[in-house]
Formats: sequence, C-alpha cells, structure tokens
Amino acid sequence: MVTVTPTADAPTTPAPTTPRRPGGRPVLRLLILVAIVAVVLYPLIWMIGTSVKSQEEIVNNVGLLPERFTPGNYTAGWSNFDVSFGRFFLNSAMVSLLTVVGNGLSCLLAAYAFARLRFRLRGMWFAVMIGTLLLPQHVLIVPQYILFRTLSLVGGEWPYLPLLIPQFLATEAFFVFLMVQFMRGVPRELDEAARIDGAGPYGIFRHIILPLSRPALVTTAIFSFIWTWNDFFRQLVFLSQLEDYTVPVALTLFIDSTSQSAVGPMFAMSVLSLLPVFLFFVAFQRMLVEGINTSGIKG
Amino acid sequence: MALTTAPDPTRPDPGSVRVHAERRGPGRFRDSEGLAGYVFLSPWLIGLMGITAIPMLLSLYLSFTNYDILTPFSEVEWVGLANYERMFTADPSYWHSVRVTLTFALIAVPLKLAAALGVALLLNRAWRGVGLFRGLFYLPSLLGGSVALAIVWVNMFNRDGAFNSLLSLVGIQGKPWVNDPDWALETLMVLAIWQFGAPMVIFLAGLKQVPTELYEAASVDGAGRFRQFRNVTLPMLSPVIFFNLVLETINGFQGFTAAFVLSNGLGGPVDSTLMYTLNLYITGFTDLEMGYASAMAWVFLLAIAVITAIFFSTGRFWVHYSDGEDR
Repeated sequence: MVTVTPTADAPTTPAPTTPRRPGGRPVLRLLILVAIVAVVLYPLIWMIGTSVKSQEEIVNNVGLLPERFTPGNYTAGWSNFDVSFGRFFLNSAMVSLLTVVGNGLSCLLAAYAFARLRFRLRGMWFAVMIGTLLLPQHVLIVPQYILFRTLSLVGGEWPYLPLLIPQFLATEAFFVFLMVQFMRGVPRELDEAARIDGAGPYGIFRHIILPLSRPALVTTAIFSFIWTWNDFFRQLVFLSQLEDYTVPVALTLFIDSTSQSAVGPMFAMSVLSLLPVFLFFVAFQRMLVEGINTSGIKG
Repeated sequence: MALTTAPDPTRPDPGSVRVHAERRGPGRFRDSEGLAGYVFLSPWLIGLMGITAIPMLLSLYLSFTNYDILTPFSEVEWVGLANYERMFTADPSYWHSVRVTLTFALIAVPLKLAAALGVALLLNRAWRGVGLFRGLFYLPSLLGGSVALAIVWVNMFNRDGAFNSLLSLVGIQGKPWVNDPDWALETLMVLAIWQFGAPMVIFLAGLKQVPTELYEAASVDGAGRFRQFRNVTLPMLSPVIFFNLVLETINGFQGFTAAFVLSNGLGGPVDSTLMYTLNLYITGFTDLEMGYASAMAWVFLLAIAVITAIFFSTGRFWVHYSDGEDR
C-alpha cells in the first residue's frame, strides 16, 4: 500500500488545519453524522432504558426512558435461576482471563519462531498457519467435540478444559499472525547486537523480543478477552451443567423461559453482561480502533 | 561485580543480555537456532496436530459413517457417500439452510460495506470530534455477536418493540417482525448492517493512504467530486474494498448467535433463520448425527475455500495495487 505524508487528510487542501473547503458543507455533514449516531446508539440506549422499567411500563411504554426508575430487574435477574448470576460472571471471567494468558503465551512463542528463527520447513509451517486463519470454528467444532468427548473432558472434572486447551496451543492463528507482523518491525540490529554479546535464541527472546512485544501482547490480550467474553458457540457446545454456564449461555435461559415477566430481568442481565466489554471500549477506544486498522482485527 | 571502566572485549556486557556459557560461532548458532525454532513452535505444532489436523481428518472419515456419538467407534458403520447424497438430494432443510445463508450474505454484506464506506467518506476529514464519531460507530461491532445484543435486537423488532413504536410515530402499523417468516431474516440483516463499524475503520485507514496529488491532478483536469470518487478514490481503495469483502463474506456465512437467539436454537419461524451453521449445530448437537454433521462441515469448508478462490481469481480484474506490492 502506498505511503503518503501523514497530513494528507484533506484531499485538496494542503493544510489540514482548515476544515472549510469548497463543497465541503461541514454543517450538513455533521447533521448526517449525528443522525447516524442516533440510529447506532438507539438500540443500546433503549436496552438500558428498558432494563430499569417496571413490568407494566415495558409493555406500555416503549420509549427510550422509563417514567419511573425501577432497579428491581437487576436484583430479580441476578437470582432468577437456581444459580446466581454472580456465578456465571465468575465462570466467564475465569474462562476469559485464562484465554488471555493462553493466547498471549502460546501465540508469542509461535510468532517468535516464525518471525525470527531459521529452521527447516519454516516456510511450509507458516503457510499452514496462514491457512488455518481461514478455518471457520463451525467446521472445527464437530471434530473437536468428538475429540474432547472421547478424552472424557466434556462435562468432566473441570468442564472448561475443552474451551481452554486450544487457547494454550496457539490455535488462534490470527494472534500468531498479528505478532509475527509486529515482530518483523522490531529492528534486526537488536538481535545482532545481542548475538554478538553471546545471546542465543532463548536469550534474544527473553531480553529483546518479549519486552519489545508488549504492545502486540496488550492488543492480543484485549481482543482475546472481548472475543471470549462475547463468544457463545463454543461455550454453548461444551458447557452442559447449569453451574458451569458462562454469561452468554446463561442469558439464553431467559429466552427458554418464555414468560413475559422475565423481559425486565433479561434486559438487566444483558446490560450487565455488556459492561466489561463496554469498560474495555471506554478505556482502550483509541487502541481498539487503531488495532483494527493496522491489523484487520474485527470487532 | 566490580565496575569496569572500559568494556572487556572478551566478556559480553552483563547488563544487556543474559549470556551463554560459551561463545558460539555462526555455524553452531544456526544449529541451535534450528532446534530452538521447533522448541518455540512446539505449542503451535501440538495444537495444529492435536486440535486441528488429526480431528479434521477424523471428521473426514466420520463423514462417511453413521456416527452418532453414542455408539463406540468400533461399531461405527461405513456408509460411503450416503451422507453427502442425503445432503444434496434428500434433505430439503439442508438446501433451505444454504439458501438462507446465501440470501443473508448476498444482501447484508454489500449493504454493510456500502454503509461502512459511506460513513468512512463522511469521516475522512480532519476536524475535532472525528475520533468520537469513529469510536461510537465502532461500538456495535465490538459488542458484535454477543447474546445480549441479539436479545435486545430481537425484542426491538417484536410486536411491542421499539421499532414498531418508531413506526407508529409516522403512522405506520407495525407487525411482529421477528415472528414473521418473511421478515425474521431481514431483521438479522439489519443487525449485521448496523455493525458496520469494523469495516468502516479499515476503509478510513485506506482513505488516508490515497495521495492528495491524485485529487489535485483530477481537479485540474476538471473532474467533479463524483468523478474524483469514481476515478481516484474507488481504484485507490480497491485493495481495502477487496480485503473487507472477503472478510465480511466469510463472516456473513458464519452468522450463528443472532439466528440462534431469535429462534431459540430452532431456526424458526418456519425455518426462515435456519443459517447453515445453525443447521450444522442442530444436526450435530441436538439430533446427535455427528457423521452427517461432519459431512456438512466439510462441504462448508470447501464452499468457503471455493468462494475465497473465486474472490482472489476475479480480484485481479478490479483490484489495483499502485506500487505492485503483494498483499
């Protein structure tokens, strides 16, 4: 891709500090953007509004905001099932955090090998790794389920193993690729210098690549957490006991209980379930957006 | 350790890197590097073999059997191509799920990309507040395929949902969209389009790379804004459009969560949201027909490979790389 001067934001004006351009009509553009923001945010605001409405208001008042603030849905939703929602949150937090650790460690090791070390068949393995990027998880889930079930790990002593083992084996090729790209940007001269100082591949990894890869690790950690927190498919397939459920799987229990009275609590728990992701968004907004446009990571 | 004023050439600087017991020549280094390569690669290799390759081959084998997960492997019966035959000739719900998925991808993906590009063009100017808009538009993509968002979406398009109340403001009588077989899939498409933020950010990055001089040259030649867009922006952006198109199409084929939530895992109403992946889930994990589900998974994989190959082979006719760089 071509590189241009970083000030090339405004196509026909050399000075980007003057936003008013012929034909630019900034006011009109702003109005359109505000309208789109309204459409984009409406469902989210409506969700939060509905979560604090009383049951009759949910049916009668479909407006954004409640007439009377009713926090009861949150306490009702929290203990709507035999198992408290707190348990589901703990399960989700544990799975997500361990996934972060697993992805970070295993993908970093693999990426270092691909980016920096010369060994036989490296090119072939790299091509295979790129190939696995295109493998949909829906294709892998059937054989993986059979594998983990054969090993008695599904619904076993610790039911999260089928969710976590792959994450500790660098199967998330996207993060491997991301880190390889990142490490290629680390100057080779640093390796050479360390090598002259007598460091081997392990020393270079430990003292040069590992500390310098922090930004890539942080990006991986954030996206790994958010994706796992939001993931539904794998957790639905591998978790079968109510007390082992993660938040997304537990939320579907509300849909099963089709009674209208559960709508308020369902919305309340939905809001809570989005809270960690939302906090990440607020804290890392700039980084998340930069992250996808440098690497192509999707939400 | 005593401080030395001049660095001792025979000893490496202890402050910078941990040092091996002896110095290695280049040749020996390379040997150790080859071994180290496989040491560092080993978790990935174990994962590739154990979690991906061998299970995949197993599932290829099982796709020719009647495996139902409850009977032990020793009693699995080889049925040849029966699963594939059933899929293509005797299972109307299979073809239905293919149609649903193709419809979804063919409509939602282009509209989502158009929305992403349109908004990216609006945001492609330097002014204060642009970052805020960028972030807000990206938020729905980040919440992505979460169950919570699908729950909200389904309720919004219910009979008493927010969408109908908006319609009633302009005097239109709404309907329970999610319970209507003609409209349930469309509500899922709207959800997908609503999450245009991720491709939008990628488009924005691409727009920043278009050289200003090209626009200047075009306007000197008398090209208006539309011609500039058509003759400068679109060709310069084509690699990014291509990237987004491939990614979003593959994503579109995999839509699962929202369809599951809308239909309570059944693909209804009247199979209108029976996406391929949902059909696969029901076959394998509800009906426990693992052999048949394996066959479905393999056809899905081949379909995605073929579609990606078609994209790449047609891409060279419309994707322009200005500097010949391979992407």
